[in-house]
Amino acid sequence: MAMRIFKGKGVYGAVAVGRAQVFKRQEAHVRRIRVDDTAAELERLEAAKAMAIEQLSGIYEKALREVGETNAQIFDIHMMMIEDDDYNDSIKGIIETQSVNAEYAVAVTSDTFAEMFASMEDSYMQARSADVRDISNRIIACLSDCEKSEHQAEECMIVCADDLAPSETVALDKDKVLAFVTAYGSANSHTAILARNMNIPAVIGIGEEFLNELEDGVQLIVDGHTGTVIIDPDESTVQQYTKKQQEDTHKKALLQELKGKENITKDGTSIKIYANIGGVDGIGAVLANDAGGIGLFRSEFLYLESNDYPDEEQQFRAYKKVLESMAGKKVIIRTLDIGADKQIDYFGLDKEDNPALGLRAVRICLTRPEIFRTQLRALYRASVYGSLGIMFPMINSVSDVEKCLAACEQAKSELAAEGVPFSDSVETGIMIETPAAAIISDRLAAMVDFFSVGTNDLTQYTLACDRQNAKLEPFIDTHHEAILRLIELAAKNAHEHGAWIGICGELAADTSLTETFLRMGIDELSVSAPFVLPLREKVRSISLK
Amino acid sequence: MKKFTYTIKDAQGIHARPAGCLVKLVKGLEGTVVTIEKNGKAVNAAKLMMLMGLGIKCGDTVTFTVEGGDEDKAEKAVLEFMTENL
Repeated sequence: MAMRIFKGKGVYGAVAVGRAQVFKRQEAHVRRIRVDDTAAELERLEAAKAMAIEQLSGIYEKALREVGETNAQIFDIHMMMIEDDDYNDSIKGIIETQSVNAEYAVAVTSDTFAEMFASMEDSYMQARSADVRDISNRIIACLSDCEKSEHQAEECMIVCADDLAPSETVALDKDKVLAFVTAYGSANSHTAILARNMNIPAVIGIGEEFLNELEDGVQLIVDGHTGTVIIDPDESTVQQYTKKQQEDTHKKALLQELKGKENITKDGTSIKIYANIGGVDGIGAVLANDAGGIGLFRSEFLYLESNDYPDEEQQFRAYKKVLESMAGKKVIIRTLDIGADKQIDYFGLDKEDNPALGLRAVRICLTRPEIFRTQLRALYRASVYGSLGIMFPMINSVSDVEKCLAACEQAKSELAAEGVPFSDSVETGIMIETPAAAIISDRLAAMVDFFSVGTNDLTQYTLACDRQNAKLEPFIDTHHEAILRLIELAAKNAHEHGAWIGICGELAADTSLTETFLRMGIDELSVSAPFVLPLREKVRSISLK
Repeated sequence: MKKFTYTIKDAQGIHARPAGCLVKLVKGLEGTVVTIEKNGKAVNAAKLMMLMGLGIKCGDTVTFTVEGGDEDKAEKAVLEFMTENL
């Protein structure tokens, strides 16, 4: 058969080449059987539940070792669900009033509860209906006394299924699974989450058609980078992907060796490498990739995820969590950075013809001080839990900085008056993302502790090229000398006035510029977490002599 | 009987994990029945599925009722848990 290509969502960036194993579940065919002795049926139910809980506690222990406590907790929840009063009352009620077998009562109850979750608005809760079915199937399997098959692969295989229940994912023997592919599933499903934690490439939501085309034992290529799955690849494709796979493995092994090492050039110049994140859930990746701190924490998610202005308490919790998780490492939180292109309904921003040059970022904060005040109070309150830097976006002038710093002082004096503690070593800094800020950086550097260059905006404002317009691509030279000169100027001015300077835009991860930045004396580069170790590797290969 | 309200601050709301923890806590309060109410719908907080079924989200205000046993202790324990985790 010819090679066929399918596309799904890649959840873990790696490549696997191997044979398919179509995952066969011991289908619990439940029949409705009349029973006379309902008391005996209830006893069978209790025995099966006890067995199910015993199995789950084994799975919980395994998950604890393999994927950590946070991810293992779902199995603890499963055990609690099995013991849930309403769930049990429903099962028992059906057995007693209808005089039927326990399997049937469990299946009916499972449907009822699964539907309750499936009909909820929240996608997270909808996903819980899979949990209900998972525990119910487990009890049914225990009832029929057939041990739930643990689906052990004989040799290393690519596991393909319609969807995998959480317990099924963990029960798989990790050493024998090269990858998995599921027809359904979302980024929220446990399969996706666990796959990432198990470091197994996976492609989810590939569609039913894929399973129809698939036969056991057929050769497959799974590319978790792009979400591509190829059935029956031809020889040259296999070679191409095998090479990609080797490169991945080699690269990953090499990078793992770099963990714990310094970001230092051959001749002894060191630079800090931090990570950019867009939400609290990014902290795991920051730590896993050994970043020295967080150079850009985008606070917008708090506003985007909410239906109304997030209050001080809500913000405080998020900031506290990230500071605590980073255990004293630097965390730079950028204050609200939205504009007409990143709309949030409840802000009620006017539509603008030219949002990039519009009422955005700190300009909104300075015109609507109540929003700014809430955020600054939350930030200072959280500051006692770690090493905080507050960064203001879209700064253009001395007066912008004066106003921001005055707002900080206001927040601090309010907290002091209320007796609320805050750290006195919070650093304040600004984004350098307009040519104006770079040109007067001597004046600005004297007012703040640090600069962080936002190269994406600096590029579009310097070159007068809209970065959303694909047709302008040939005109956007991200290495344009004007941009590099502006960065160099800002670096020189920062250092002359005792401030430090970092780069948090896309250019920071561009390894063809790393040497240039080191020569400019840039103190810190902040990149998305997967780039931390490759960048460290680059720094360590450079000699400035 | 004691009654108090709480507004959820956690961005994910009362999802599976915190619901499980809350149920554990409430089950440990001997002799006290804790109910949780959202939009006129009240459930026993010791019942995991029902609690999850309320779909309590960030920004929702819920009303707790504690009845029987050491109500002061129960109120304190529940409030503490909510403030700490949600």
